Amino acid sequence: MDKPKLALYWAASCGGCEIAVLDIQEKILDVANAFDIVFWPVAMDFKYDDVRKMEDKSIDICLFNGAIRNSENEEIAHLLRQKSKVLVAFGSCAYEGGIPGLANLSTKEEMLNFVYKESPSTISNNNGLPQTHYKVNEGEIEIPELYEYVKPLKDVVDVDYYIPGCPPQPEQIWNVIEYILSGKPLPPAGSVLGAGDKTCCDECPRERKEKKIKEFHRPYEIIPNPDECLLDQGIICMGPATRSGCGALCVKANVPCRGCYGAPPNCLDQGAKMISALSSVIDAHSPEEIEQILGTITDAVGTFYRFSLPYSILKRRVVQ
Amino acid sequence: MAFEPKIIGFLCNWCSYSGADLAGVSRIKSAPNVRVIRTMCSGRVDPTFILKAFQLGADGVVVMGCHPGDCHYQEGNYKTMRRIPFLKKLIKDFGIEPERLRLEWVSASEGDRYATVVNEFTEEIRKLGPIKHPSCKVKLEQI
Repeated sequence: MDKPKLALYWAASCGGCEIAVLDIQEKILDVANAFDIVFWPVAMDFKYDDVRKMEDKSIDICLFNGAIRNSENEEIAHLLRQKSKVLVAFGSCAYEGGIPGLANLSTKEEMLNFVYKESPSTISNNNGLPQTHYKVNEGEIEIPELYEYVKPLKDVVDVDYYIPGCPPQPEQIWNVIEYILSGKPLPPAGSVLGAGDKTCCDECPRERKEKKIKEFHRPYEIIPNPDECLLDQGIICMGPATRSGCGALCVKANVPCRGCYGAPPNCLDQGAKMISALSSVIDAHSPEEIEQILGTITDAVGTFYRFSLPYSILKRRVVQ
Repeated sequence: MAFEPKIIGFLCNWCSYSGADLAGVSRIKSAPNVRVIRTMCSGRVDPTFILKAFQLGADGVVVMGCHPGDCHYQEGNYKTMRRIPFLKKLIKDFGIEPERLRLEWVSASEGDRYATVVNEFTEEIRKLGPIKHPSCKVKLEQI
């Protein structure tokens, strides 16, 4: 019997998800033994045409990381969906938009103007912006078109499973691969794999007390006690609004959870959940005092939706 | 056709809903633009409900609860008192005018106050016009 075929692709991402796959260490050899890797641009030499020539649904599993930022990302998402039996949104960017999704707080025009014209380190001779078509002697060059805003993978194609994390933890990746290799029936489509069904707080070893917060601090402003809940100490920790599964890695290193595993089950919006959680622990009973405490929170939208802005209810900022 | 604001009102069972009821039985006229949803406490109004209301096409959202100190569950309305200004900051970052979200305290005996709040808020939203966020596409008629 032929080995099952595996494809890995990166769209708008940093490459960390690919490193996470390699971080399963010597088990990568088991993966190479068990699967026939048919497409993995970051590690092996394949061309898009090789994929186009494959038969539909001939790839057994495709791990797709990265958000949909430009027309190339979308084109390959459609192509891989057509060729794959199981398409997995792998990592925060493919699942929820991830860090690139924070670009949804700016318009495409604002971004291009800053990067190509206004940023202090840019010397622009002709105020030129990148074009999708350019004529040279040899013919016309075409580059992908940057989209107006970032979308998660599920907004352009049907996704079978989601593996959250920035990046997904290697042991969780291995668990998923092992499960698939075991031949057990796959979970229902749309499931989140390689993660828990509680919140990050559930895995956190720190001691929690009754929270009463008078002031919020940014992590560099205080030296947090390593044994007490970070939120108790006034540091915004995304733990209460984040799915478990990472083993509370960040909080064990004395830094607050950043929310990369996405919203917990049955939660539609990570930021709304965080507002709900924080509002319960702010120790104030008058509008003035509440206003003053809320004023100590820097960049609420960027903190609460650091990884999930394009996946949230409102998805992006609009310019009136 | 002239713009008629669609407003979602979350009213606490113990004070504000009774206040709205009183406005009704007292035959006080108020704008018909508020679609009332009764909740057991204003503290039951999850921030998700409010964002969802905007997403589904509401032009404004008003949350009404018992006056501070009068909460049937003692602390519920204080949570709301913190949530709403917090949410106002958040929707502003998304490009939605914070004035589209309002918090008001209306007791069971304040039928006239209910009517005043509803009328004022409706006029304010009428001036702001329809919600203009691209994620807020679905219109309430379709639900």
